[in-house]
Amino acid sequence: MKHHLDFEKPIAELQRKLEELKQHPENHSLGISWEEEIRLLERKIEDARRHIFSNLTPWQRVQLARHPKRPYTQDYLRLAFTGFEELHGDRMYGDDRAFVGGFAQIGDRKVVVIGTQKGRDTKENILRNFGSAHPEGYRKALRLMRLADKFGLPIVTLIDTAGAYPGVGSEERHIGEAIAVNLREMMLFNVPIIAVVIGEGGSGGALGIGVGDRVLILENAYYSVISPEGCSAILWKNRSAAPDAAAALRITATDLRQLGLVDDIVSEPVGGAHNDPAATAASLKDAVLRHLNEVSAQPVEERLRNRYRKFRSFGHVLEPSAQAA
Amino acid sequence: MASRTVKRKSVVTDPVEPMVTPPPLSTDTTFLTKPKIAARSRKRDMPEGLWTKCPSCESLIYDKELDDNLKVCPKCGHHLPIGARERIHSLVETCSFEEMDAEMQSLDILKFTGAASYEAKLAAYKKKSSLLKDAVVTGVGVIGTHRVALGVMDFSFLGGSMGSVVGEKLTRLIETGSSRGLPVIIISTSGGARMYEGMFSLMQMAKTCGALALHGKLGLPYISVLTNPTYAGVIASFATVGDLILAEPAAMIGFAGPRVIKDTTQADLPEGFQTSEFLQEHGLIDAIVPRRDMRARLVYYLDFMMAGRRPA
Ligand SMILES: [Zn+2]
Repeated sequence: MKHHLDFEKPIAELQRKLEELKQHPENHSLGISWEEEIRLLERKIEDARRHIFSNLTPWQRVQLARHPKRPYTQDYLRLAFTGFEELHGDRMYGDDRAFVGGFAQIGDRKVVVIGTQKGRDTKENILRNFGSAHPEGYRKALRLMRLADKFGLPIVTLIDTAGAYPGVGSEERHIGEAIAVNLREMMLFNVPIIAVVIGEGGSGGALGIGVGDRVLILENAYYSVISPEGCSAILWKNRSAAPDAAAALRITATDLRQLGLVDDIVSEPVGGAHNDPAATAASLKDAVLRHLNEVSAQPVEERLRNRYRKFRSFGHVLEPSAQAA
Repeated sequence: MASRTVKRKSVVTDPVEPMVTPPPLSTDTTFLTKPKIAARSRKRDMPEGLWTKCPSCESLIYDKELDDNLKVCPKCGHHLPIGARERIHSLVETCSFEEMDAEMQSLDILKFTGAASYEAKLAAYKKKSSLLKDAVVTGVGVIGTHRVALGVMDFSFLGGSMGSVVGEKLTRLIETGSSRGLPVIIISTSGGARMYEGMFSLMQMAKTCGALALHGKLGLPYISVLTNPTYAGVIASFATVGDLILAEPAAMIGFAGPRVIKDTTQADLPEGFQTSEFLQEHGLIDAIVPRRDMRARLVYYLDFMMAGRRPA
């Protein structure tokens, strides 16, 4: 099955032509050799890709972040990490498959890696609940982070979720509390924490594993307090204003970097992460290692102080009488 | 530091709250369903500003009586919304409350323009109430014999939503509690994070929880009180990490709004879903405390929680 977004269509169309030409070279245009036409088409595809991807709107980036072919956590576990063996369960209630986690090695560093996991097809999406975790997922993540902290292993989190799951069971087992406890505890772990938004950074469900010494984001990922559709429904009174909401909320990697809310952007190949998962994984690995090495070099107390100060500094307020008082 | 003292008693006849008690329902928050707080209907049938209809038992209550009863229906005990200043006044010793950061105001950092601009919204809310600059009032006051760092949210300002001001004021409050060795009490009511400030609002969740993490390490108490309604970004942050979590009776409390859950899951919601009583049964809430008993109960808890710290 082929997946492409609306704005990817011109590229897909050229790619279709290219494949056709390769299969039936006898149909090529008159006047030039078919090899030359293939080269021409390939250049056209590159140009189209470069043109389209250098002018992406925030809403188009949201669509890329949700692209069904986009690499998910497990793809990065395979491509950027080695030796991953999954660990299961929250030791309380269940094993939320919307989260995966365990020991792994990235470069020469042994770490505990935890991420939200979407499904690639319907069957897997049912298993993974479309990457939207119940409280058990956040509690499993917390258990694994405690494990990491106990044995001095850095924590790497990979964030790709539309949000924590809004369901009866979620509420009965206190999804809000599960997230909040993670926010509190992540501030205190002695080991370095690197959080990477690899796709969707959906609100509290993303933040629930997002308190890091460094917070990175992939070029076409987004991170938002509310989904553009949700914001549109509330502030515009209909869901069709989602593209406007996506722009107003300032949720793209570039926006967030400008606002000082993320520490670094991990670049994606032209055409987006799904166009070359291996190259994306390579740049993710580089960025994680670079930041991990930087924060690992800090003494524990300094690292914890910096982590607190970083989150402490977020926000902008007016204080008219601050000087007068 | 700017400080202000809440006047006692004289304010009762000069109400700090709108006369018709339920604040206008706000949709400016991150949950999609408006909690049912109170019916707004039929208020025109009665003389403006004299009576309020109880949304639960529908009795007509004289406003003076409702004020004297801390906005609790004298007939059926239903807890109507109460303003932050009125609530503080009901908890602290006379003239003991020193307000912090009273002048702090929100900033339209994203230049957010949706159907309406954030700046216009803020201006409208500030015009409506001269007593509130944003959705939380913070300060240090004495409850019984305990000096405490007290933060009280107010739903009437943009649905009690948490943006930078709410997060910053609460964080400063918690830090003040930590540095002065005081217990922290936060009384919440909120629709969630304030979307007009985008990711800055989301980050207030991590910021407040981080401050509470450090506060907890000092062995100082934090009591969270949930009131109607408390949802979303507030429930997924400081409101649920209390050493004790209390709630007012029949408050609506949850992460996602009921309609979102219904739409997502297509499931019927259990009876009493997301009420204080439901959540106590499911293990989240230590005690359900009626508003008129709150002061005494907080003193009771603090007597225990601070006992180990008292010089002998
Ligand atoms: Zn009543």
